[in-house]
Amino acid sequence: MAALEVRDLQTHFFTREGVVRAVDGVSFSVDRGQTLGIVGESGCGKSVTALSIMGLIPKPPAKIVGGEVQWEGRELTTLSERQLEDVRGHEIAMIFQDPMTSLNPTLTIGTQIKETLRRHLDISKDAARKRAIELLDEVGIPKPESRLDDYPHRLSGGMRQRAMIAIAISCNPELLIADEPTTALDVTVQAQVLDLLEELQASHEMAMILITHDMGVIAESADDVVVMYAGQIVEQAPVQELFDHPEHPYTEALLGALPQIDDASGRNQRLTAIRGRPPDLIDPPKACRFAARCPHASSGDSCATHMPELREIRPGHFVRSQHPASERAGKRVEVTA
Amino acid sequence: MTAFIVRRLFWTLPVILIVIFFTFVLMRQIEGNPFRTSERNVPESIQQNLEEKFGLNDPWYVQYAKYVKGVFTLDLGPSLVLRGRDVNDIVREHFPESLELGGLAMLFALVVGIPLGMLSALRANSFLDYTAMFFSNVGFAIPSFLVATLLIYFFALQWGDVFGFPTSGWTTWQSKVLPSLALGLGPMAYFARLTRGTMLETLQQDYIRTAKAKGLRWRRIVAVHALRNSLIPVVTAAGPILGFLITGSFIIEQIFAIPGIGRYYVTAVTGRDYSVVMGLTVLLSIIVILANLVVDILYGILDPRTREART
Repeated sequence: MAALEVRDLQTHFFTREGVVRAVDGVSFSVDRGQTLGIVGESGCGKSVTALSIMGLIPKPPAKIVGGEVQWEGRELTTLSERQLEDVRGHEIAMIFQDPMTSLNPTLTIGTQIKETLRRHLDISKDAARKRAIELLDEVGIPKPESRLDDYPHRLSGGMRQRAMIAIAISCNPELLIADEPTTALDVTVQAQVLDLLEELQASHEMAMILITHDMGVIAESADDVVVMYAGQIVEQAPVQELFDHPEHPYTEALLGALPQIDDASGRNQRLTAIRGRPPDLIDPPKACRFAARCPHASSGDSCATHMPELREIRPGHFVRSQHPASERAGKRVEVTA
Repeated sequence: MTAFIVRRLFWTLPVILIVIFFTFVLMRQIEGNPFRTSERNVPESIQQNLEEKFGLNDPWYVQYAKYVKGVFTLDLGPSLVLRGRDVNDIVREHFPESLELGGLAMLFALVVGIPLGMLSALRANSFLDYTAMFFSNVGFAIPSFLVATLLIYFFALQWGDVFGFPTSGWTTWQSKVLPSLALGLGPMAYFARLTRGTMLETLQQDYIRTAKAKGLRWRRIVAVHALRNSLIPVVTAAGPILGFLITGSFIIEQIFAIPGIGRYYVTAVTGRDYSVVMGLTVLLSIIVILANLVVDILYGILDPRTREART
């Protein structure tokens, strides 16, 4: 059984301009020891999905209006705030994009780790301190004893993100949600932090949700991938399958925007940007949300009038499009025959 | 930290010298003379004698040098108008009242203002928030002499039997309540608004979201993570306000007939009592400088990032 199961999650923002359907019917599951990658551009609802699982969406204006978040057989969306506080940081932990602002500048690293330990575990002050040193050591921070009493501004971005990770894993969570954990870091540090996350996931047997806009990060770390666009899942598949046989035009476009440095021909190719912008999520039309940017949508089909369902095009591979790659190829065969 | 304080104290010396210089120059620019007023028809020879006695006939730089020497030997000189009284006496006798009044007003402003602002921020846009902010707006807008008059009218006269507050004086604790409230209301309203604003801003910070993601209880998030960061701007504002409260309470002292130093200040200016004006100005600037020093020290305690720059 999956550790986390999200079913038809809908999180809306009630603003003055109207209801923003930030997350509009998202379903997925994560098993222990597995990494689910959620990929998509800014504003596609990937972070709101994560915050909805944690119960951290800003209420108001946001509200979970439908769907379920099943965690180890418990429904998280109906828990009280106090019950959720027991889950957060203990069973499900989260790290964020910007380590420069995610740590409190007025408290030492040690205090920020120890307060988490003391909140969830029945542990003495001395034991918490010892454990905090072990944790800093585990995430690869040199001289952990002296770092414990340092304030965050003394640490580099990469070291701060390591400290954030130490906080997150402090109570041995079963699920770690990493929301763009490497976006704000130097490229060289990015790889180190991703490696660290993978290592820790294996040693702690955690499930992990890795949110990113970077297909390269997905390729490196994810087992399963969810591609989100405009609040919906547009494609879902195991990572190898997705990279080998991308079906949705959006996924294809994302992969096309990735530099290919392995083969000689790719080096001279221009990177292709995706034209246009995602649709406004206030009262989106009953249509394929990618239609306006889709190179395969034409006036003759129903893309502009009909919302495609998420369908299983191959076992374990789901796509929400009327023009998946494999069917386009099929069509072409028909025409030439 | 100690080095920082010593260095800061050392730097107050040139500041005080500059204050003395400007007060000295400005006072001499005002028309008139303590001994040549229209009310007193003093023979010319006596005036000459008086001016001679107080050194007013010396060149200005001699007077200035004498005065600076006096300040640094803690002798602020004799009053030119009040016969037989030194500025030191006036300070000794009347400054404690002003200090106490300002201190009590500040205490009221902080103790009520900060929690009120916090509460408003935590219940933002609620009825409580709107009520609190309405009254702090009003409190900020009404001048203190009107507040003082209203307080006297209602709490000392109309319902005087119930509350037992006297209309004036500075003796019993009851007599200190109304003046402190009247003086502290404006700063209290200011602190409440400031705390509300910074608290709301702090609650939006990423590290508050981190604290929530760690599952910390809301009470701890507010008390440990949000409050401390919210207080930094409040502390910054508190320094000059404290100086202002201790020194600028002339109106309140007048209305409540409090024998504080504010009254001497004003009468000294109108009476051209040079030594009193200068003595009090120097005293008050030292207080403002010290208040700012305290702010800087508190700043370092609240925000470790500023601590580094000074060691």
